[in-house]
Amino acid sequence: MTMMEPLAAMTTETQPALFSVRDLRLSFPDMAHKPLFGAAPRIEVLKGISFDIPTGQITGIVGESGSGKSTAGRVLVRLLEPDAGEVLLDGRDIAHLGEEEITPLRRDLQMIFQDPMSSLNPRHTVGHIIATPMKRYGRGGTREDAAAALVKVGLPAEFVSRYPHQLSGGQRQRVGIARAIALEPRFILADEIVSGLDVSSQAQVLELLKTLAQDMGITVAFISHDLSVIRHLCDHVIVLDHGEIVEQGPVQAVFDHPQSEITRTLLAAIPRPELDDSWFD
Amino acid sequence: MADATALPRARGPRSLNLRLWLPAAWLSLLALAALLAPFIAPHDPLAQDLLMERLPPFFMAGSEPGYWLGTDSLGRDVLSRMIYGARVALFVALIAATITCLFGSTLGLLAGYYGGWWDRVISRLVEIWMAFPPVLFAVLLVAVMGTGLFSVIAAIALIDWTRFARVIRAETMVQARMDYVDSARIGGANRLTTLAGEILPNVLPSIVALLMLEMGIAVIVEAILSFVNLSISTDDPTWGSMIAEGRGAIHFAWWVLLFPLIALFLTVLSFSTLGEGLKQRFDPVLQ
Repeated sequence: MTMMEPLAAMTTETQPALFSVRDLRLSFPDMAHKPLFGAAPRIEVLKGISFDIPTGQITGIVGESGSGKSTAGRVLVRLLEPDAGEVLLDGRDIAHLGEEEITPLRRDLQMIFQDPMSSLNPRHTVGHIIATPMKRYGRGGTREDAAAALVKVGLPAEFVSRYPHQLSGGQRQRVGIARAIALEPRFILADEIVSGLDVSSQAQVLELLKTLAQDMGITVAFISHDLSVIRHLCDHVIVLDHGEIVEQGPVQAVFDHPQSEITRTLLAAIPRPELDDSWFD
Repeated sequence: MADATALPRARGPRSLNLRLWLPAAWLSLLALAALLAPFIAPHDPLAQDLLMERLPPFFMAGSEPGYWLGTDSLGRDVLSRMIYGARVALFVALIAATITCLFGSTLGLLAGYYGGWWDRVISRLVEIWMAFPPVLFAVLLVAVMGTGLFSVIAAIALIDWTRFARVIRAETMVQARMDYVDSARIGGANRLTTLAGEILPNVLPSIVALLMLEMGIAVIVEAILSFVNLSISTDDPTWGSMIAEGRGAIHFAWWVLLFPLIALFLTVLSFSTLGEGLKQRFDPVLQ
């Protein structure tokens, strides 16, 4: 991943934030401890977090597994409804919008999933997968449109007639990106999108996402547990731990002067490329 | 970029084909015989001839030419009765299994995907339903509704929809947790479109396998009901009534019972094997 130089953190923002999240709370029922009668106890996943997603930039959301980072992301694209708090998109609270109101907004709020094998329907061709959302939102959706989206992510156009299981992991994840960008959204949530890929595919997919986001002016929230990826890709970073934000700010500042113990632990977990004499024993 | 071509086959093409084609061949033969029964049956299945009673099949001493599989105690031709019996068996299998499948699978899909109240109501209904012993339930239903082909079909559908509801509900719940469901929602699909367009194609192989299995079960249930004289009128030949009539003469005219039993066995086996074979055929990943 040496091809990507760290971006200088942009500290001078003029545009207002795309998302403003205020005091977000969310809990799930704990079915393992449900009594025979009555409601299950609730597990608090997000304990009142507030953050902004600046327009046109890449914001990293990082934390250990179980920290609530995926849950927070899924609230942004409203796959989950929070218990309390505000999710302001352009100043409009979308936290509790119903099905009919949220569906038109979905074109602008796209998502790329962690496991492309699971997120691409095995029964549909790549062309169908990419074209169907385009048709729903009246943005074309012909075979040629799907092929054009594939070319944009560096895949051959004839992949439209392939099934997901006929592709490699990196190719599948490119299809996931193609489907998201085909709608020309304003925001993309990327949830651990490279954690299932080998290192060289990781670098290619990250580079692709970064280029597309810049070219198309897409705001990205990038969820990862891997700080080295965040450092190369993101402008801002939010560090979550057990449902609370422990640190947030420009990537450079957070990495150079980590304020919290969690951030220091995550930083220490980055594998160093330097060779050590002990390797040769 | 590495190009992934076809995955290694889980099964050799030869064994997969045999599992598919052998049962398909038997069932097509049966369907053809049922459709063309008036033309290919060597005798009238109801014609009695007391001079020709209990003739053995063609390979035994004392057989008469033309009576390939022998005759029963009233001198009726066993082969002709089996051919006409196939009509009843296949008709019940097709209609009863299809109705059962449509009803049960729809409830299973709704319960598995929507959850909540849908799931609670449907699951409780299935549990209550399954507390009845099925054969007793069928006998009771036919006794109440009166004998006849349509009572038999109604009885099968009313009893066995729970099989579809249970299995398809579980399968749907597994599929509903897959990311492609969330992905369809992100792509603007509403819940019904997601269920019909994304989940259903993935559950369909299981539905087809179950449908085939259900056809076999319908054949058995029809045979059981005609065995106890609760299916169509005793005049019409069915495999079940042939088995029932042959029971009394099993020691000296075993062919009256054995041939319809073999036909029944092969048909039920063919349906379930074909179901499994089709399930694999449908699966693009296993192809």
